[in-house]
Amino acid sequence: MIDTYTTAPNRAEAGLLARFADNERWLSRVMLAPAILYIVLLVGFPFLLSLFYSLSSVTVASREIHFVGLENFRRIVESGTFWLSLKNTILITVISQFFVIVFANILAMALLVDFRVKWFVRFLVLLPWVAPISLGSIGWLWIFDSIYSIINWTVRVIGLFGPNFWPIWLGQPDLAIASIIIVNVWRIVPLATVIVLAGLTSIPKDIHDAAAVDGAGFWRRHFQITAPLIMPITLVALLFGIIFTFTDLIVVFVLTRGGPYDQTQVIASWAYFTGIQGGDLAGGAAISLFLFPVLVAVAVLFLWFARRAEVT
Amino acid sequence: MATVEARNLTKLFDQVHAVDGINLLAQEGEFLVLLGPSGCGKTTLMRLIAGLERPTKGDIAIDGKVVTDLPPRARNIAMVFQSYALYPHLTVERNISFPLRAVGMPKGQIREKVEWAAQMFGIERFLDRKPRQLSGGERQRVALARAVVREPVVFLLDEPLSNLDAKLRNSARDELKQFQRSLGTTTIYVTHDQAEAMGLGDRIAVLNQGKVIQIGTPQEIYGSPMDTFVATFIGSPPMNLIEDGGTWLGFRPEALLPKEVEPDGDNMNFRLRITRIEYLGADRLVYGVIEGRTPEAHVISKIPTNIRTELAAGQGYDFVLRKQDIQRFDRHSSLRLNGGAT
Amino acid sequence: MNPVLARARMVGTRAGHAAILVFFVTFLAFPFYWMLLTTFKTTQDLHSTTNNPYLFNDPPTLHHLRVLFNDTQFLQWLLNTGFVGAAVVIITLVLAVPAGYALARMTGAWAQTLGIGIFLTYLVPPTILFIPFARIIAVLGLQDSLWSLVLVYPSFTVPFCTWLLMGFFKAIPRDLEDAALIDGLSRFGAFVKVVMPISLAGMLTAVIFAFTLVTQEFVYGVTFITSSSSYTVSVGVPTFLVRGDVYFWGSMMGACLIASVPIAIIYNFFVDRFVVGFTVGAVK
Repeated sequence: MIDTYTTAPNRAEAGLLARFADNERWLSRVMLAPAILYIVLLVGFPFLLSLFYSLSSVTVASREIHFVGLENFRRIVESGTFWLSLKNTILITVISQFFVIVFANILAMALLVDFRVKWFVRFLVLLPWVAPISLGSIGWLWIFDSIYSIINWTVRVIGLFGPNFWPIWLGQPDLAIASIIIVNVWRIVPLATVIVLAGLTSIPKDIHDAAAVDGAGFWRRHFQITAPLIMPITLVALLFGIIFTFTDLIVVFVLTRGGPYDQTQVIASWAYFTGIQGGDLAGGAAISLFLFPVLVAVAVLFLWFARRAEVT
Repeated sequence: MATVEARNLTKLFDQVHAVDGINLLAQEGEFLVLLGPSGCGKTTLMRLIAGLERPTKGDIAIDGKVVTDLPPRARNIAMVFQSYALYPHLTVERNISFPLRAVGMPKGQIREKVEWAAQMFGIERFLDRKPRQLSGGERQRVALARAVVREPVVFLLDEPLSNLDAKLRNSARDELKQFQRSLGTTTIYVTHDQAEAMGLGDRIAVLNQGKVIQIGTPQEIYGSPMDTFVATFIGSPPMNLIEDGGTWLGFRPEALLPKEVEPDGDNMNFRLRITRIEYLGADRLVYGVIEGRTPEAHVISKIPTNIRTELAAGQGYDFVLRKQDIQRFDRHSSLRLNGGAT
Repeated sequence: MNPVLARARMVGTRAGHAAILVFFVTFLAFPFYWMLLTTFKTTQDLHSTTNNPYLFNDPPTLHHLRVLFNDTQFLQWLLNTGFVGAAVVIITLVLAVPAGYALARMTGAWAQTLGIGIFLTYLVPPTILFIPFARIIAVLGLQDSLWSLVLVYPSFTVPFCTWLLMGFFKAIPRDLEDAALIDGLSRFGAFVKVVMPISLAGMLTAVIFAFTLVTQEFVYGVTFITSSSSYTVSVGVPTFLVRGDVYFWGSMMGACLIASVPIAIIYNFFVDRFVVGFTVGAVK
């Protein structure tokens, strides 16, 4: 028995390797390094490159790259399309996320109780989130079709807005923006609902019981107890939604391609059309960098609130 | 069987001394209990002995050999956790044989040892079940079987009874002590429950704030506590401490009895005005105030039911304290002053 | 409160509850229902302005699906997506599983910050990075190759899955690893032989979510890939199934359903686990 204080024989490891397999500091670094390296190379590096491009004259075809300072930014800022795309991006993000948060809260409350077909309902609710964004958008493209729109047909048959109700959803700029908002709300509500629902279910039942015993009715309980408790996690859902909508290219690309006549461009789509389709990589990079401030703001807020997102 | 030694052991977490310069020696074959309130360092000390934490300073020695730099698997110890830590994805049989398979023991030998360990705790019929199918008591036995199967030289037990129903705890305690006696393995046992410590330990080490305050047999700890912390931590209800002269006057509740029980002898006399009486079946707990003292001295007296003196709340009675039952403690250092009575 | 009023209240709440669910289910799921109808209606029926669009005025047809599989490269796109998905999932697991574990077990305040920091890189949108990537991919000679996607996609699946896995690993009691250490395994051995088997379900969840992130991706796909045979489903369907002004709606809707519904069914099983892993990561 006395001689068992050397490293116990283990078939899988021997000697030197065994010492490393126990060395926690070494282990944690080795296990973490590949992922961090990958991220730095594939996120950090391209980002820096993007900054560099925005200050250069690079195009898709260029062999050499010249430094041009803030010239690209000056061009962008002088272009009307840019300001329009910025305005559109902000408008779409703010309005859609407002609805997302309201809807997600209501739907999450409705999903809190158990009911018979809940499993199936949840499946249906998840669909917009799971479907590839481009494919979901195509579905809506068909729904908003100028001739065969099912919404128009249904509303006209019901007679809600009179017999001449036939909006050309994707043809008029205002309606097109509305359509983009609708699709963004549609695809983000499931994710936001799941997050808010997670927050709601993590509130210990005791707290609701205590409030009920204290005499609080439903609305008071909701606004004075539930809502404050799930605020941090709702904010996390909101921040997600903001990022996904503000930086989105796909919905606009599929529904309107930024049209009619660039009226529905958003920053991301405008960057694509300028940089990839137009070949002006430097310009495209400069445009896309305007997404960055919002990203940073959200990241900072996220760090702040994710820390307090535990309910208890 | 081996001795376990902590030599000048210190462990810092950030700036906090979880374990502060502890010197401790567990004798071969003894059942040593580490007792103290939560946060006193007893679990940290156990984890240092196990090798799950590395000390900031100091050494651990098992059977005289320094093992401080060895990982847990090289120390030939076994541990039973408060949560039992049974591998949920493995059957009971595989849980118990896990340590044997980890060192590459041949299959035939493994079978034998698992059967032996399972028989010792009467869990042979559970071998094919998974932990989630077992009750708390059954899981505890599996954890013990897994610890025993390697025939280690030291057992470390981290509050293994605290997750059991109160009723089960007493019988489990009894079985645990008997099994340790029969195996004769040095055992270190951590608990915050002083009754459990008194019932199980050959010796008890009382810890507070990372230090060992006192180590001794249950009789020594109970009868001669080194300071007011040990005096009030051990014993339920805790020792009474009242201000008297420039010292703390300490006496156990069972030492304070109605005068008619001990009318003669070298006694201190008190007049006790009773505030409340709790009837506990085997004893009565009498809560009261000793008259004529400032500040007010609240005390508890524990009277066994076979002493049938009639007592009522709100009244005053004569109570006595045998001088040999008195202990005194220094008001500033809280240490015991030798030569108990005045 | 009088019982009649109480009962009326209860019925009212039930009705209100049902109404809310009906509204949201309709809003969220109706497009898929409409996709379903469109897939099986004849082209004539689809392009009639007089028929009731909710009915099958001609009998349902498999024509569009046949066109989808026979006359387009949809099958190829499915295979491409599957290939990229599998490759990316493998790379992601190799990187994210150890990283998630290391973050879950590391002590120190900055471990939490590092975890969140890694997760935040997931939020860096492709629309910021795709322009420099366009050139990087061209320089690397991976233009128009699926390998470009295999290289780039882990840049968002790895941060996401590291966070998820960190949450799953945190949920495993440390006691189990301590017991394994005492029972004879090294730290690394305990990770491989005890922690990983127990977190199989969590790792499966990460696999599913990583795969879904791959199938949904569009921006890099449309930027790097130009030949139709190399498209993934997400890119191919919107760009290719449109010839001039003629939209092959039936086939497109069929494609959308095929690419969404099976994954959604699997998703439904794993959403609860996902939430656990996602939110536990935020617990200290």
